[in-house]
Amino acid sequence: MKEQKTNSAAASELNVVPFKTRVLPYLIVAPALIITIGIMIPFIMAIYFSLTNYSFRMPKYNFIGLQNWINILSSSVFWKAVWVTLRYAFFSTVIEMGLGMGIAILLNNLNNKFSKIMRVALIFPLMVAPITATTVWQLMLNNSVGILEKFLNIFGVYNFPWAASPSTAMMTVVMIDVWINTSFCMLLVLAGLQSLPKSPFESAKIDGGSTMFNFRNLTLPMLKPSLYIALLFRLMAALQEYAIIFALTQGGPGDTLMNLSLTAYQNGFQFQKFGFALPYILVLWLFINIVAKQIVKRQRAAQKQAAGLEE
Amino acid sequence: MKKRVLSVLLSATMVAGMLAGCGGGGGDTATTSDATTESDSATEEAGDSADAAGGETTDPADTGDTAASGDFDWKKYEGTTINVMFNEHNYSKAVISKLEEFEALTGITVEYSSTPESNYFDKLNISLSSRSGTPDVYMTGAYQVWEYAPADYMEPLDDYINNPALTAPDYNYDDFIPGVVGALKWDLVPGHKVGEGSQWALPMGWELNNLSYNKNVLADKGLEVPKTTAELMDTAKALNEFAGSGSYGIAVRGTREWATIHPGYMSLFSTWGAQDFAIEDGKLVCKLDSPEAIAMTDYWVQLIKAAGPPQWTNYTWYEASSDLGAGKAAMMFDATSAAYFQNFAGASQESGNISWSTIPLPEGKTEADMKANIWIWAMAMNKDSKNKEAAWYFLQYFTSPDYMQYAGTDGASPDTPRQSVMDSDGYKEIVGSAENYLESISTLTENASIQFTPQPYFFECTTKWAETLQDLVTSNKYSSTEEAMQQLKKDLDVVVSDLVISE
Repeated sequence: MKEQKTNSAAASELNVVPFKTRVLPYLIVAPALIITIGIMIPFIMAIYFSLTNYSFRMPKYNFIGLQNWINILSSSVFWKAVWVTLRYAFFSTVIEMGLGMGIAILLNNLNNKFSKIMRVALIFPLMVAPITATTVWQLMLNNSVGILEKFLNIFGVYNFPWAASPSTAMMTVVMIDVWINTSFCMLLVLAGLQSLPKSPFESAKIDGGSTMFNFRNLTLPMLKPSLYIALLFRLMAALQEYAIIFALTQGGPGDTLMNLSLTAYQNGFQFQKFGFALPYILVLWLFINIVAKQIVKRQRAAQKQAAGLEE
Repeated sequence: MKKRVLSVLLSATMVAGMLAGCGGGGGDTATTSDATTESDSATEEAGDSADAAGGETTDPADTGDTAASGDFDWKKYEGTTINVMFNEHNYSKAVISKLEEFEALTGITVEYSSTPESNYFDKLNISLSSRSGTPDVYMTGAYQVWEYAPADYMEPLDDYINNPALTAPDYNYDDFIPGVVGALKWDLVPGHKVGEGSQWALPMGWELNNLSYNKNVLADKGLEVPKTTAELMDTAKALNEFAGSGSYGIAVRGTREWATIHPGYMSLFSTWGAQDFAIEDGKLVCKLDSPEAIAMTDYWVQLIKAAGPPQWTNYTWYEASSDLGAGKAAMMFDATSAAYFQNFAGASQESGNISWSTIPLPEGKTEADMKANIWIWAMAMNKDSKNKEAAWYFLQYFTSPDYMQYAGTDGASPDTPRQSVMDSDGYKEIVGSAENYLESISTLTENASIQFTPQPYFFECTTKWAETLQDLVTSNKYSSTEEAMQQLKKDLDVVVSDLVISE
C-alpha cells in the first residue's frame, strides 16, 4: 500500500509542470492574439456600420440593412471609382515592375563603383513620405515656378496642364508614383538576381547559350518568386492609393481621379457619412484579398518551379 | 484554410491601416509653456499691446471691481484645465501668443493643438464624434455650424453671453459687426437664413470677397479698373501674358472642394441674382438650374477659360494670391485678406502695388445689388465639454474688445469682427494704408452676408458643385452649361432629399 502511495506521489510530482512553463505558450501567443483582436474588432465593426446610416453629423444612427450597399453598387460613382482604381493600379504597377526589373538587371550586370553608387541613390525616393514627395512634385509641375515648365519651354511647350486636365491627370499621378516606387521593385528584383545560383549560368555559357536564351530560360524562371513578391506589394499599394492623388488633385479634375480610397475618404470624413463610406473600403478589401491570393498562389508555384520541385 | 485566414488577416490589416491613415491628422500638441517658448517675442508684443489698449482685463483693480459687484470674477475657475483645438492660421497664432496672459489672469490652464487646415476638420470631426468632451473649445468656420450644431457638437452661447455672473461687464457683445456675429446664429431649420436662433460660435475674424488688382499693371496697360462683368472679361483677356508667358488676367480658386465656390464665384453668383436653394412645399429645392445661375456659371467658366490660371483646378487661395503677389496674375477675385497678405511691405514682389475694388456688376445691376459672400473663422464650445464655464472664459477673453484690438493690429488679423476696432486709430493706421481696402469693405459690408442657404449637406453639395465647374472648364462632358447645371440640380436635390423642414 505504502509503495503504491509513493508511486502515485511521484507521478503527480512529474505531472506538476512549473507555472512559468505552463504560461509560456500563452505569453508567446498573446501578442499575435492581441493584434488579431485589434484587427478583427474594427473589421467586424466596419461590416456592421456599413449596414447602418452612421454619420458624424447625427447623434443617433439606425440599422438600414443593405441599403448603403444597394445605393453604392447601383451608382455610377462607384463603378467610375472601380475603373479609376484599376487603371491606376495597372499603369503604375506595370511601369514600376518593368522599369524596376530593367534597372536591377543593369545594375547587377554592371557591378562596378557606379552601380554601387546608383543602388544607394535610387532608393532616395523611398525615404520620402509620398505626401511630401507629391507636394514637391506639385511645385515642380507648377506653370509659374516649376522646373518642369522651364524644361518644356526649351522645346516650345508652354503651360502644360499636368494634373489640371482630365487628359493628362492620370499620367501625372502615375508618373509621381513611378518616381517614388520604382526603386522598391528594383531593390526586390536586385536581391533576387544576386541570390541566383551561379552554376546553371556557367553551364549555359559552356554550352554557348545566348544572353536572351539565358534570360528567358534561366534568369526569368528563377527570378519569378522575387517578381511576384514585388508585384504583390506594389499592386496592393496601388489599389489603395490615396496620398498622391489627394495631395495633387483631391480626385479632380471633375471625378477623373476619384478612386475607391478617395471616394471612401470623401464620403466618410468630408461628408461625414461614415456608414455610406464603408462599403467602398470593404469592396477594396475584397479586391485586394482576391488579387493577393492569386499572386501568393502563383508565387509559391514559381518558387517550387525554381527549386526544381515542379515543372 | 490557414492560408485563407492569413490572407484575410493581411487584407484586414491593410484596410484598418488605411482607415487609421484617413483619420489621422497631422499637427502638434502643446501646452501653453511649449507655445510660449516658440513665440516669446510675440507674447511680449502681445503684452505691450494689451497695455497700450488699456489693459482693463489684466488690471487687478478691475478684477477687484467685478468681484466686488459679486457678478463676475476672472479667477472663479482657477485650477481648471481646458483643451483647445486650433486650425493653423494667423487668427490662431494671435490667440496662442496671448495664452500666457489668459492663464495668468484666470488661473485656467490651456492645453492646445494646432493642425494644418488640410487635416484640421478630419481631426476635429473624430474628436467631437467621440463625445468625450475634448476639446472644450475649437476653431470652426461659419458653414461648419450647419453640421455641428444639429449634431449636438456645439453649445449655444446665449446663456453665457447674457449671464452677468459669467461675462465681464466690458465684453460689449453689441460691438460685434451685426452681419458677422449674426452669421453665426441659426435656428437649425435647413433652408432658414442665418441671423436667427442661437449664437453657436463667436467670430475671430472674417473675410468678404471682392476684386483686387495690381494697379501698376493696369496703369502700364492703360486699362481702367473693371466695374461691370463685361469690362472684367475684356480687361482680363487684355491682361493675358502682361508679363510674358505664364502671366494671366485673373486668379480665382478651382480645386475640387467647397472652397472654390464660396469666394469670388458665390459673391458674383448672388450679385447676379441667383440662389442655391429655396424652400418649396416644405422641401429644400436646389435652384442651380435657374436662368441666373446658368448665365452666371457660364460667364465664370468663360472667364476662367479666357484669362484664368493655366492650372486652375489646382488653385486654392494660396496659389491665387501668390500669383497676384508674384506678378503672375494681374487681378484676383477672392478674399480681401488673401490679397492683403501679399501687399504689406516685404510680403511679396508686388507688395504695395495691390489695390481693392468691389464686385463687377452684371448687366442691369447696381451697387445696391452687390452681395459679397463672407467667411468667418470662429470659436465654439463643445456641447460635451466638462468645463463649460472655463471654456466660456476662454471664448470671451479671446473675443473681447481688448484682445480684438491686439489681433486687428499687432496680431496681423486685418478683418476684425468688432466695430470699435475698425473705428480705432491704430487699426485705421495699419490696415487703412492698403489702398482702397477699408473703402471697399465699407461699400460691400452693407449687403455682405453668408449667401449660401444653411443646411447640413453644405460640404457635399459644394464639392459636387466644384466638380461640375471643373468639368465645364476642363472637359466636354456636358454639351452646355445649362445641361451641367440641370444635372447638378438633380444630384443636389437627391443629396438634400431627407432633410425635414419644420417651420
